[in-house]
Amino acid sequence: MATDIKLFDSKEENSWCPGCGNFGILNALKKSLSELDLLPHEVMIISGIGQAAKTPHFVNTNGFNGLHGRALPPALGAKIANKDLKVIVTSGDGDTYGEGGNHTLHNIRRNLDITHLVHNNQIYGLTKGQASPTTAEGQVTSMQFDGVRFEAFNPLSFAITIGASFVARCFSADQGHLSHIIKEGIKHKGYALIDILQPCVTFNKVNTYKWYKDRAYYLDDSYDPSNKMIAYEKSLEWGDDGIPLGILYKEEKPTFIDRIPHLKDTKPLIKRKWKPTDAEKFLEEFR
Amino acid sequence: MKYNLLVGGSAGQGMDTFTALLEKIFMKKGYYVFSNKDYMSRVRGGHNFIQLRFGTEEVTTFHPRLDVIIAFDEATVKLHEKRLRDNGVILCDDNIEVKHKNVIALPMMKIAKEIGKSKVYSTVAMGAVLKLFGMSLDKAEEVFHEKWDSEIKGYNLKAATKGYEMVEARFDIEEGAENDNILISGNQAIAFGALTGGVSFYSGYPMTPSTSVMTYLSKRQREANIVVIQAEDEIAAINMAIGSSFAGVRSMTGTSGGGLSLMTEALGLVDITETPLVVLNVQRPGPATGLPTRTEQSDLSFVLNASHGEIPRMVLAVRNAKDAFYQTIRALNLADKYQMLVIILNDQYLADAKQSIAEYNLNEIEINRYIATEDDINIKDYKRYELNENGISPRVIPGSIKGVTVLGDSHEHDEYGGIDESPEIRKNMMRKRMNKLEKLRQELIEPDYFGVDEPEILLLGWGSTYGSLKESVELMQSDGLSVGALVFGDIYPLPTKLLNKYSRYAKNIINIEQNFTGQLGKLIRQETGITAHKSLLKYDGRQISCEEIYNKVKEEVM
Repeated sequence: MATDIKLFDSKEENSWCPGCGNFGILNALKKSLSELDLLPHEVMIISGIGQAAKTPHFVNTNGFNGLHGRALPPALGAKIANKDLKVIVTSGDGDTYGEGGNHTLHNIRRNLDITHLVHNNQIYGLTKGQASPTTAEGQVTSMQFDGVRFEAFNPLSFAITIGASFVARCFSADQGHLSHIIKEGIKHKGYALIDILQPCVTFNKVNTYKWYKDRAYYLDDSYDPSNKMIAYEKSLEWGDDGIPLGILYKEEKPTFIDRIPHLKDTKPLIKRKWKPTDAEKFLEEFR
Repeated sequence: MKYNLLVGGSAGQGMDTFTALLEKIFMKKGYYVFSNKDYMSRVRGGHNFIQLRFGTEEVTTFHPRLDVIIAFDEATVKLHEKRLRDNGVILCDDNIEVKHKNVIALPMMKIAKEIGKSKVYSTVAMGAVLKLFGMSLDKAEEVFHEKWDSEIKGYNLKAATKGYEMVEARFDIEEGAENDNILISGNQAIAFGALTGGVSFYSGYPMTPSTSVMTYLSKRQREANIVVIQAEDEIAAINMAIGSSFAGVRSMTGTSGGGLSLMTEALGLVDITETPLVVLNVQRPGPATGLPTRTEQSDLSFVLNASHGEIPRMVLAVRNAKDAFYQTIRALNLADKYQMLVIILNDQYLADAKQSIAEYNLNEIEINRYIATEDDINIKDYKRYELNENGISPRVIPGSIKGVTVLGDSHEHDEYGGIDESPEIRKNMMRKRMNKLEKLRQELIEPDYFGVDEPEILLLGWGSTYGSLKESVELMQSDGLSVGALVFGDIYPLPTKLLNKYSRYAKNIINIEQNFTGQLGKLIRQETGITAHKSLLKYDGRQISCEEIYNKVKEEVM
């Protein structure tokens, strides 16, 4: 069963550069939604600011394109308000790991039931080529003329360490694999971080399609994603050592909403029935 | 007839409990009560005090002259004895050294130890206070019964009785009258208003003096079926509330000035995405950390302008516990009606001040959401940011209508929410959003006015100074001064009818504010050209009293 993928086509003109890795992510996302038999009004895609963060404009679902770095908080608000919505966050490496780092940290801890697609091109695209948190140390950019002066952020190690319940890495050029992992992420009950390697054809001349293709390999069936220590070790593999693609780590544990007893087994908050006179019982303590 | 008590000591000595019980007893005796807190930003030690005023008529403010000082330490006496009236009384434990003609030193701790519960020493003082005013202990027993189990109640009743027997009645007061009053603080009134008004989602980050609103709601989450989130920071708090409001749930966030500084970028997001949101700012003196537990009205200019770019917003200040409740609900309804930002200003003084007021009438409260349904839109071509004749675009709740998707956007956008940089769209969208203020102007609430019909002296104030202004005008009127005061609740857009009316007569217009720069005065000048002749500005972190206003105004005009 699948819904018509064309339902997810947006009328808005796309503004990404030709050849951008974002296209692969966009197509894979639509494919996943369709294959999960979802309808556009059942999904909400939320983003911050950046090229990746324009995604809500280019797919027909509910969308909220908020502030730079602030994709996760409105996603939390929306999910709490209406737990029936499939909430997906699509934002870049700068948005997620830089400006919004604190929200990433704490929403992993919450295990909020959302899917977080990080379009990780290891550079700032929209602001024209400055270093992002995942740009390699020493890489020369349009701002770091002598090269980046600190170590790159490792999102997968970070996420595994602080307790993320679903951690995966994909490559935007393999839409089949990517849409499979996105579907797994959406089906996962809890916070699913999918770090998607995505070439920036305009500003990142180091991490090109070829660069990724030469290094990336797929985790095979013998890999056990439930072993946290092994997952951690895998998450450290990078660059010339090879870049593992697939679900590095996965565990089932209570989601944030599971831990809100009055929301867990009841209707979504949006269906809450309340009239002012219901507050009567709360007046007693002031009498 | 009103009497003024002060309870003082260091943090951790139980003054909050003492006062809470005593004011409840006065309430049950049929008196009106008002109490306000003065505390330091520390958990133990230091000097804190609570002023408790009660009487047979409504009490809207504290009074600096004291009838009884209940001192749990020497510092209390030293700091406040100069405020004691000639016939006033200092009540303290006999181990405190006090040289004052009116001291009543009781062996409070000794009695408590004899009873076998040293914690009840302050209850000895409570019994004594009741006796000083010639009141019986019956209501004390009732209040103790509500508060404690029978064992603890027994200890306390013994202690109160001992204290009661050790002093003589000193003050006359008429019997209180039966009433249906409630006793509630400013922040509690806002929180209860939010609850009553249908807030289902509240996100915040702890910051004095706003925290008690969040605590109130958090404690009642399960019973009321609401969700309260302690966010990782204030930026998250407001963005969470925006997300839940966008998804269709009535939402609110609250903080104090420092937190609002962090929320500022998101205030603009509320506007451009046209997401209804009420933001509470319980002010304290800034800048930066400032005086965390003190009071000030210094965020008005800030909230009038906060956000880059230009946005419509409503700013209102709550003036008392009644106002705080009804205005919070009104703010929620207006935010939904105009799909815009409404900022509520409170301050530490009013946040923590408890007052007895007539019980809220919940039957007259309405919750109006203004949500678009299938019948209101073209399902085949829904435009979240439709440009239409009434100037408010139809707001569909995401997910509520099959085949309809909703796109909220922080960029300038076309009617669908798509990124659009064309000059025409920009102009039309700016006009649509800013025009909300013109619509709002039609339903503003004029400031409260008290005083003569044609005042020669016109006082201007806002928010929490309401009580002090009201009482100072009464004092000046009894001196024969031609005086009146306008106290603003709705501040922006600025209601101007009464301002224009009364300023015509006034030879002396004085803005009275708890800030350095006269922020309301500036706003009034900017909006109307009416210029205050003088300003009475207080920025020491302490609430202005009716006596201060009275003295200063007399100085200025005599």
